[in-house]
Amino acid sequence: MESREKMLRMYRYMLAIRQFEHKAGDLFTRDAVRGSIHLYIGQEAVAVGVCSALEPGDYVVSTHRGHGHCIAKGGRLREMMAELLGKATGYCKGRGGSMHIADFGSGILGANGIVGGGIAIAVGAAFSAKYLKNGRVSVCFFGDGAVNQGIFHEALNLAAVWKVPAIFVCENNLYALSTPFRDAFAIEHVVDRAAGYGVPGCCVDGNDVLAVYEAAREACARARGGGGPTLIEAVTYRMDGHFRGDPCLYRSKQEVEEWAARDPITRFRAKLIESKVASAEELAAIEDEVRAEVEDAVRFALESPDPSPQDMLNDIYA
Amino acid sequence: MREITYAQALREALREEMKRDESVILIGEDIGIHGGAFSVTKGLMEEFGPERVRNTPISEAGFVGAAIGAALTGLRPVAEIMYVDFSTIAMDQIVNQAAKLRFMTGGKTCVPLVLRTQGGAGRGNAAQHSQSLEAWYAHVPGLLVVMPSSPYDAKGLLKSSIRDNNPIIFIEHKLLYATKGEVPDEGQEYLVPIGKADIKRKGSDVTIVTWSLMVRKALSAAEILAEDGIAAEVVDVRTLRPLDTETIVESVKRTGRCVVVHEACKTGGFGAEVVARVVEEAFDYLDAPVLRVAAADTPIPYSKTLEDWVIPSEADIVSAVRRVVDG
Ligand SMILES: Cc1ncc(C[n+]2csc(CCOP(=O)(O)OP(=O)(O)O)c2C)c(N)n1
Ligand SMILES: [Mg+2]
Repeated sequence: MESREKMLRMYRYMLAIRQFEHKAGDLFTRDAVRGSIHLYIGQEAVAVGVCSALEPGDYVVSTHRGHGHCIAKGGRLREMMAELLGKATGYCKGRGGSMHIADFGSGILGANGIVGGGIAIAVGAAFSAKYLKNGRVSVCFFGDGAVNQGIFHEALNLAAVWKVPAIFVCENNLYALSTPFRDAFAIEHVVDRAAGYGVPGCCVDGNDVLAVYEAAREACARARGGGGPTLIEAVTYRMDGHFRGDPCLYRSKQEVEEWAARDPITRFRAKLIESKVASAEELAAIEDEVRAEVEDAVRFALESPDPSPQDMLNDIYA
Repeated sequence: MREITYAQALREALREEMKRDESVILIGEDIGIHGGAFSVTKGLMEEFGPERVRNTPISEAGFVGAAIGAALTGLRPVAEIMYVDFSTIAMDQIVNQAAKLRFMTGGKTCVPLVLRTQGGAGRGNAAQHSQSLEAWYAHVPGLLVVMPSSPYDAKGLLKSSIRDNNPIIFIEHKLLYATKGEVPDEGQEYLVPIGKADIKRKGSDVTIVTWSLMVRKALSAAEILAEDGIAAEVVDVRTLRPLDTETIVESVKRTGRCVVVHEACKTGGFGAEVVARVVEEAFDYLDAPVLRVAAADTPIPYSKTLEDWVIPSEADIVSAVRRVVDG
């Protein structure tokens, strides 16, 4: 069993993601957030399970549904929320928005608006870690949808041939926008493809943070030990629409309810109490702290200034 | 005449052509039950079935390639790329395959493929979902590039595109889908020819050449200019390749002044091509330098303040016109 401290930190991060996403969704509905946002609600155990196995210097490459990865890897809520509101104090000074948040200081190499756009970039980061012998690993998050992009094939093969310390984490939430997994794959599991690249693969319950953590720890050990990449498939479900405002014509209420019953945070909370890691009161205290942090981030973002065009033009070329 | 939206007009074009010709099929991401990211194909899967309205995995290179193969072998596919920004993933298929197959094979085949996609900024979709990439495609011999600005043109041009035997990059604008305009009743057949510009407003003092969403901005700029006694003519090119140089040049010969307006960034934009043709063919008629109004040379930023600053506004068009008119 993991240390109490570690488990409580996992709980805290999962909650932070959930609450951040609820606030972000509200702000989107109130038109304070533009474009579109893809919320991570329901998938918190994947980001937190994986990132709990990482060291601060390790890399994470993220997706259009990236807020959770960023928070789990140590991204700051204030700069994230400010970015969502397009403010000068945001991680990208208001230029990127939800789909382009990055925090290089925390190893977060960036969300991505292009499905599959980050997979090969993660291989490059893993290569540099191997080349520079800095002991880092590179984690690539992507959805089931990204697995059908050609770049997935190219990147996994490269990573395998080069034996780089990469960990490919497919968050199989059963849909790519409106397309169900079974309509996009003629195989049972994403991880069935691992063999085609000579890469070890494992499939885990993506709503069980400890199971994800175990799988990630094993993959990290393999990567750091020179054993090359791993493909992890974490089966999970997004509880919100693909984006805020999605009518979700493609899935049934019943299915959504079934998955709600497997909520990763509720499950982990029950486990912590049942195994006497923490009392309900202790967990409630964490919940209050997280709520205050998220509110602080919103306040910070709302009070921050807009960016200036002149400043933007200075950053097109290095 | 009834008024419908640009999105409805496109849907009607697809439906009418699918009814008319069984070889017309649709292929793309989330175009089935979801109806496409901008609801253009809403209801078509229900009407024509999943064999003809083919929902694909996220594989732009794959499904564009498949559409090319189908086009080579008897079908007339209309492929939808959700954002023009994602067409980069299918670039080899579009540029090296579709565009050149007919030429390379000595004219022995053709690729009757319409690649519907949408571009443009204005909604805070940021750098990877807001680009205007038409100049890239207009640079490739073998492709045609169509960019309608009104529901009427959208319907008529999409129908013409589906009947054309060439690969066509048909670029819609995300801010146009909800705009309304007059379109003849369903069943009252009409086509808009590819390669023919349309004078959207008559005027004698200056010619504004533009396309897509910027046509609307140019028209409202023309209203403002009219209050100052400046009569601007607005030429909507509608298709970039082939470009209706004749209509543009004739207009410039009448007005003696020309401003080209587009949403893409200025450097390497298609405006440069328009200016070059005007200068080549109407130099002696010009009373002022030809100006371009275009986006700043930067990726599209997310924040509204920045995005508004980057994209050309009515005020930018008005001031460029004043510069060429006032000298
Ligand atoms: C290249 C590309 N094609 C299409 C899209 C539009 N799009 C954005 S997210 C998405 C679905 C992605 O599904 P998945 O990879 O399973 O991730 P999830 O949204 O389920 O987290 C689609 C089709 C895109 N952003 N990029
Ligand atoms: Mg998915």
